[in-house]
Parts: sequence; C-alpha cells; structure tokens
Amino acid sequence: MGEVLFFVAGMGAVAGAIGVVIMRNPFYSVLALVSHLLSLAALFLLLRAEFIAAAQVIVYAGAVMVLYVFVVAYVGGQDEPIGPRAGAGLKAISAVFGAALFVELCIATLGSGLQLIDTPGTPVGASFGSPAEIGTLLLTKFLLSFEIASFLLLIAAVGAVVLARRRGGVSAAEEQARYSAMDVLRPASTGTMAEAVGARHTLPEATVTTTPEEAEDAPTGGRDR
Amino acid sequence: MDIGWFLAVSALIFTIGAAGVLTRRSPLVILLCLELMLNAANLALIAFARMHGSQEGQVFALIVMVVAACEVTIGLGIIVAVNRRRLPIDVDEMQELQG
Repeated sequence: MGEVLFFVAGMGAVAGAIGVVIMRNPFYSVLALVSHLLSLAALFLLLRAEFIAAAQVIVYAGAVMVLYVFVVAYVGGQDEPIGPRAGAGLKAISAVFGAALFVELCIATLGSGLQLIDTPGTPVGASFGSPAEIGTLLLTKFLLSFEIASFLLLIAAVGAVVLARRRGGVSAAEEQARYSAMDVLRPASTGTMAEAVGARHTLPEATVTTTPEEAEDAPTGGRDR
Repeated sequence: MDIGWFLAVSALIFTIGAAGVLTRRSPLVILLCLELMLNAANLALIAFARMHGSQEGQVFALIVMVVAACEVTIGLGIIVAVNRRRLPIDVDEMQELQG
C-alpha cells in the first residue's frame, strides 16, 4: 500500500515539476506547480510529517499559488519559446549540467553510506510530526529561528508593499474618480493610494480640507465635491 | 518504503528545477523553478528526519517554507514593479535593476 502510494505521488511530483519547466504559458506552469505541491504533500504524509503536509497544502498550494496566479494574470502570461536564446550549444550545456547535477546529488545522498538509508526509517511513535510536537520544538529548541522567521515575514510584507506601490503619485482626476461612504468619516485621502506615495499635496485643496463639521453639514458627503 | 527512494525523487526534482532556471527566460517561471528546488530540499530534509526519527528536520522544512514565501513575495513585487514601468518581462533584457 505504501509502495503504491509512493509511486503514484512520486510520479505526480516529478510530472508536475516537468510540467512547470516545459509549459510555454506561465499560467499552466503555475497550475503544474500546484499539482506538484499536492503530490509532494502526499509524500510528506508517507514520511509521517503530517503538520508539514497540511502547511504545504494550505500555505503553499493555497496562498502562495493564488498570489502567483494573480501576478501572472496582472503581468499577462505571454508565451515564450523554450530553450536558451543562444541556440543549441547552450541547450546542450544545460542538459549536461542537469545530468551531472542529478548524478552528483544521487552520489551525495544515496552513496553516503548511511546505514538507515535502505530501511523505512527509525520506528517512531504515533505523535511523530503532529502539530503539538512541532509546536513544542518551535517554541523551545528553535525559538530564536521561529522569531527570526516571523520578523523575516514582516520585512517581506513591508518590502512587497514598497516594491509594488505606484510611484510618482496619482493624478487628481484619478483620485477623485473614487468616492465612498468613508469620505465623510475620515480625513480626506486617508488610506488612499495618494497617501501611500506621499502625494497628498498634489490633490486639489477641496479634497484635503474636509472636517467633521463639513461632513455633518453635507450629509451626501464627497459626492458634491 | 525505503528512505533512499525519497532521496532519489528529491534529487530528480532538484535537477528539473535547476534545468528550468537555466533554460527559461520569464522571471515568473524562474521563480517557480526556484520553488521546485526549495521543495526538493524540503523533501530531503523530511526524509532525513524520518530516517533519524527526530522531528528537527521537519522544523527546518517549515523554516524553508517561510523563506520561500518571503522570496516569492519580494520576487513577485519586483516583477510587478518592472511591469509597471513597461519594461520587458525577460531576464535577458533585465540586466540591471537600478532606476
């Protein structure tokens, strides 16, 4: 049973990986990577890593891949010819490099002479790889790396906002094209793209001088402006 | 199932990812191939964790997943910024990030 599951999941993982590389449209590459990640989660389950498998499916195949799909849709996945531009020479070199890398990795792992490598592994208890065990390890032995990882995530989130923001400000016409009920409840341009890029001074005077008194006087809010 | 089989699958996936990084030109697909290589490393880490019967390799894999998520976020942010400036989405054309 385990063998059958291993070969099905392993072939799915390898086929998904090949699909990522050979698909010409980036959108199909992303979908191939999703199938690859799901197969890999099955392999993780075979290795008794239940929590990692669940995190893989939810975080990777769920959240990260949705981000990929959005960016591919935004950028516009244009087809590209497979293979390096320089021609057959570079293609042959990369094939040779790939084969050499595979042989080297197999030597490094399978030929390492580890005694347990030809066994199904050390016998482990029923709670091996459960969320409780992993959480205990994360909060005791690996507390520092856990905190560093959380800080890294924070930096990445801020960095993504800074990288993907709109530069050079927003035109006043574009800013004024959007009205919402929040216009009367908060200072003007709060939470807008103009505030994010520090372009508040480029807005016309009328949009930045809304006070609560004015908002009460004019119940229809920003629609008059 | 013997641990060696998992390691062989891991090596194969890593090789495919490396070949993809070398041959593809779209930075989106190159990021995907980087994910493949990170996942292959994850599979090897978890296989070794199972082999030794300790869960520390699984914690390593979790941290690798965090790093991969950060890398994806920043990489996709750069691609979106490049696309905003109407530059070609092609690693052969993008030889410098300045400006």
